[in-house]
Amino acid sequence: MENITSAIRIIPLEHYLFLCLALFSIGVIGVLFRRNTIVILMCIEMMLNSVNLLLAAFSSYRSDPSGQVFVFFIMVVAAAEVAVGLSILVMMKRNVDSIDINLLNKLKD
Amino acid sequence: MAFLFYLLSGIALLSALMVVLSKSPINSVIYLIVCFLSIAGHYILLNAQFLAVVHIIVYTGAIMVVFLFVIMLLNLNKTNEPHKSVLTKFMAVISGGMLFLVLIAAAKGVNEMIVAKEFDANIGLVANLGKVLYTDYMIPFEASSVLFLSAMIGAVMLGKKDKK
Repeated sequence: MENITSAIRIIPLEHYLFLCLALFSIGVIGVLFRRNTIVILMCIEMMLNSVNLLLAAFSSYRSDPSGQVFVFFIMVVAAAEVAVGLSILVMMKRNVDSIDINLLNKLKD
Repeated sequence: MAFLFYLLSGIALLSALMVVLSKSPINSVIYLIVCFLSIAGHYILLNAQFLAVVHIIVYTGAIMVVFLFVIMLLNLNKTNEPHKSVLTKFMAVISGGMLFLVLIAAAKGVNEMIVAKEFDANIGLVANLGKVLYTDYMIPFEASSVLFLSAMIGAVMLGKKDKK
């Protein structure tokens, strides 16, 4: 236990920041890159998780439990978002028989 | 112990890249599970034991299983998905990389933000977090239950077959 506790003393906070920003950027690239709606939903989950990890890192480095409570709330929101998003996806598959995101551009015109 | 951090980061970044690049959605889900497990490892390194357990239960145990269910139920595991044009893909990578650079530049000097405070290894334990959650964050906690209820009703409403 003491070994694990000493870990955050060695690693600078910037490295956690770089990791989380890289994960977030990969999520953004995935949303722009793919046309499959289910992969886009997964990339959104990845972005939420990178923010969660950064909140937990700041909370540990500052010894402030509020950040970890926020992570808990973000998990709640993510679970609700996935439930609604996947039911939208099921409805989309039923109505247009495809999960191509480019078919959903009717609001544009 | 620093070695563990870099190992977990490498696994997380590689599997995150594979989520975007792999052809079939099932493979994406599997890689995303690997990514989430390595993030849970990061939580343990950060002394957030409660978060690590909740993360594994909620994400790997519930959300990703729901993703797998939807993929199998709708038979979405096709690899011949239409792709965006090469130009759009190129611009996606460029804009994502630019976002990364801008965020890095904006986050410089973050170490000055840390207030020198007595390091407390116990903040991630259930007892401590529960006390904070049920005293300082009581109203948001109750509001999140309303959010869950509305999400549940919304999911049922959307998933219902509309009668013509």
